[in-house]
Amino acid sequence: MTATVETGTRPLPPLGPTRKLKLPKQAERTLANGLTVIAVRRPAVPLVELRLWMPFGRTHLARGAMLAQTILSGTETKTATQIAAELQKVGGGLSAGLDPDRLMLSGAGLATGLGRMLEILTDVLTNATYPADWVGTERDRLIDRIQVAQSQPAHLARTALLKRIYGKHPYAVQTPEPEHVRAVKPPALRRLHAERVHPAGAVLVLVGDVHPDRALDAAEQALSVWQGDGHPAELPPAPPLEPGPLLLVDRPGSVQSSLRVALPAVPRTHPDHAALQLANLLFGGYFSSRWVENIREDKGYTYGPHSLVEHSVAGSVLVASAEVATEVTAPALLETMYELGRLAALPPKPDELEQARQYALGTLQLGMSTQAGLASLTSAYAGNGLRLDFLAEHAARLARATADDVAEAAARYLSPAKAVTVVLGDAERVAGPLAALTAVRTEPA
Amino acid sequence: MGCRRVKVDLVPTRRAKIPATTYPVERFTLDNGLRVVLTPDRSAPVNGVAVVYDVGIRSEPEGRTGFAHLFEHLMFQGSENLEKLAHFRHVQGAGGTFNGSTHLDYTDYFETLPSNALERALFLEADRMRGPRLTEENLRNQVDVVKEEIRVNVLNRPYGGFPWLTLPPVMFDTFPNAHDGYGSFDDLESATVADAADFFRRYYASGNAVLAVSGDIDVAEATELIERHFGDVPARPAPERPDFAEPDLTAERRTSYTDKLAPLPAVAGAWRVPDPVTDFAGYLAYVVLAEVLTDGDASRLVERLVQRDRTVTSLGGYLGFMGDPFDVRDPTALLLQAHLPPGGDVDKVLRTIDEELDRLATDGLTEGELDRTQARMATHLLRDTDAVLGRALRMAVLEQQRGEPGLLNELPRLVGEVTEEQVRAAAASLRPERRASIEVIAGGAR
Repeated sequence: MTATVETGTRPLPPLGPTRKLKLPKQAERTLANGLTVIAVRRPAVPLVELRLWMPFGRTHLARGAMLAQTILSGTETKTATQIAAELQKVGGGLSAGLDPDRLMLSGAGLATGLGRMLEILTDVLTNATYPADWVGTERDRLIDRIQVAQSQPAHLARTALLKRIYGKHPYAVQTPEPEHVRAVKPPALRRLHAERVHPAGAVLVLVGDVHPDRALDAAEQALSVWQGDGHPAELPPAPPLEPGPLLLVDRPGSVQSSLRVALPAVPRTHPDHAALQLANLLFGGYFSSRWVENIREDKGYTYGPHSLVEHSVAGSVLVASAEVATEVTAPALLETMYELGRLAALPPKPDELEQARQYALGTLQLGMSTQAGLASLTSAYAGNGLRLDFLAEHAARLARATADDVAEAAARYLSPAKAVTVVLGDAERVAGPLAALTAVRTEPA
Repeated sequence: MGCRRVKVDLVPTRRAKIPATTYPVERFTLDNGLRVVLTPDRSAPVNGVAVVYDVGIRSEPEGRTGFAHLFEHLMFQGSENLEKLAHFRHVQGAGGTFNGSTHLDYTDYFETLPSNALERALFLEADRMRGPRLTEENLRNQVDVVKEEIRVNVLNRPYGGFPWLTLPPVMFDTFPNAHDGYGSFDDLESATVADAADFFRRYYASGNAVLAVSGDIDVAEATELIERHFGDVPARPAPERPDFAEPDLTAERRTSYTDKLAPLPAVAGAWRVPDPVTDFAGYLAYVVLAEVLTDGDASRLVERLVQRDRTVTSLGGYLGFMGDPFDVRDPTALLLQAHLPPGGDVDKVLRTIDEELDRLATDGLTEGELDRTQARMATHLLRDTDAVLGRALRMAVLEQQRGEPGLLNELPRLVGEVTEEQVRAAAASLRPERRASIEVIAGGAR
């Protein structure tokens, strides 16, 4: 039954001419202490975004996590409360985050407060004290947070996938165990800070309503006192994926299964990257992809399936994720393998490739259109040795990738034979149907 | 910590000057009653397009919980000139992104696109405003999708729906304000195509909608395009909006439930606040108060509960059950929510909050406390408006609920004008006997 409308005949308006990608005004300087500072002008709102990327590979996991949790908890002259209050006065704030590649301090504030934010940042970098009472409180809070994370299916599925993909590589475990966190004491944090929170190899990105050269001057004035050499802590390359039986992680009573499929990928600068990105879009990288149209819009198995190429310093990986109803776990896996196989074995249609290409190019423009987006992009690029001008190069590569290039990339990277698959769900209900499709190995969560 | 200074300065303390944006605003109404807001900004080659309908969770009929949200999904399933899937493909194939969301008082549909695709977005929105393709097959498919959405966000995770779905039934007595806006599976499965057609006819009227376009536009060109695509959308008037008012609480309400997945106890409390539309100045004091209490390490309740007493492990405070201070109507609330350490004592946390509110009401703020909170709020407000879509969405709702889209430019200043006296008075009004609260018992504690 069709209600309210009849099919009409109004034509879809054509697109106007494509706007060329225009890079914002920027400046860069490497300070005597080894810190690289990049300042980018986007004056849309009177704010400035700040991202400080510090290489932090191969640190002790629990100590690293605790350092991120407590680096803002006091300096020789300020308590944590005073740090927060002083930042607030200029509309500012800072937070710290950690992954296996880097320690990141990030924040935003009124552009007029940039100098003050940099002063406070420098104080934290050079004088953080890790006071015992504060560290004690934050230790308990981190343990609480880990417990909450461990009750969430998305986190459990991620944990199992990383372990399965990376084996003994430092990327394999990214959340510390509560008992290891409990053992971290302030002297260990002070030692880790002295060893690793250094300007050499670090990149500070400032984006917003600033004049780039003046922002560099302000950064140089504030941060030159920060000293310390680089630390030789190269991560070994991530190991190649090793396909094997589907890993089923048991979560009794789960009303959905968390399906994760990892596939090989290449870094942003690799000649195959643009074609791989397009192949990923065709598969499941955006809403109008084969996978989403199949398992959501046709079959109603799931709400938000998506696939993404994830880049880290030691390697890249493609991860497809979907939370599917328990009773359709095996059918959802079947459709997933079907869509991967179809893309790996048959060339894409020209119009669906053009649609994916336009999406990839258009979303580059959208990502650059806010201060926060520009800051995060600049920082992510810089952490991997790239600069914003790579955007133009990447856009050119996306524009020239042919259907053959994409078909070749799909065959090389998206082949279901290369997939590493993890399912978190109620094993009692899903193990049998999954075993009808593929070999299954079951583990407790 | 025990020696807070009461502010008795003779001259105001120095603070960062709060800046403002000056986004231009053009408003007009088409003959069919569609209200339009344009806000040009040519600093990036992108547009935000938002269509907001004045219908939300509060308007759905009894026996049809979750229907406003389900209907939002159906608006993406094809329309007069568009097959199923076409909307998504046309937006993304133009390099854009899209979504929709259902709120208590409105439902929005929106795109962000490179500015060469503006006309396409207007075409797509006008086409579904004329009428979606409502079919049995699409309805059943989207009921399944929505059920998976509810499983992801509520049923299969700890703290699902806490507190936005679990607290309203404690605080409110009438169906519109109290019911579960995601809906029961029974109600969702009972929905029919005829229900959807009625809902569309009643609420998705040109006179009940606002269109906002932001970003890289020329006002004259955009106006012409809008007239071309929306001008012949059939005119239908806005339905009369029912009165959702409920009296304030006169006695404390408190309830609890066991969440079998939750590893830690949690609690949320809410107090009614002044009408956000008819008493905006009074309401703003509560918006500021929530930040004084909970924004960052230098805020009142974080200092007391997290750092000093260690009775709480994380804490939040905000206006509106969906965290939407400037796009909700009366009745609404100020909410505080906290997760506690294992074995934590919820009564003690609530008592301490009462004590801190008393102290704030009695002793006032410390020197600079209000100024720095207002400066930080300005940053948050400005940051939200930096995204081209943020401006279109916010202005569309401000137009719909207040007829005042330009208020977006004024918010940092108005927040900055809230006085210490107002914040103290707001704190004084958050009495336990006006509070509704809900406790999550940690059924998943190990």
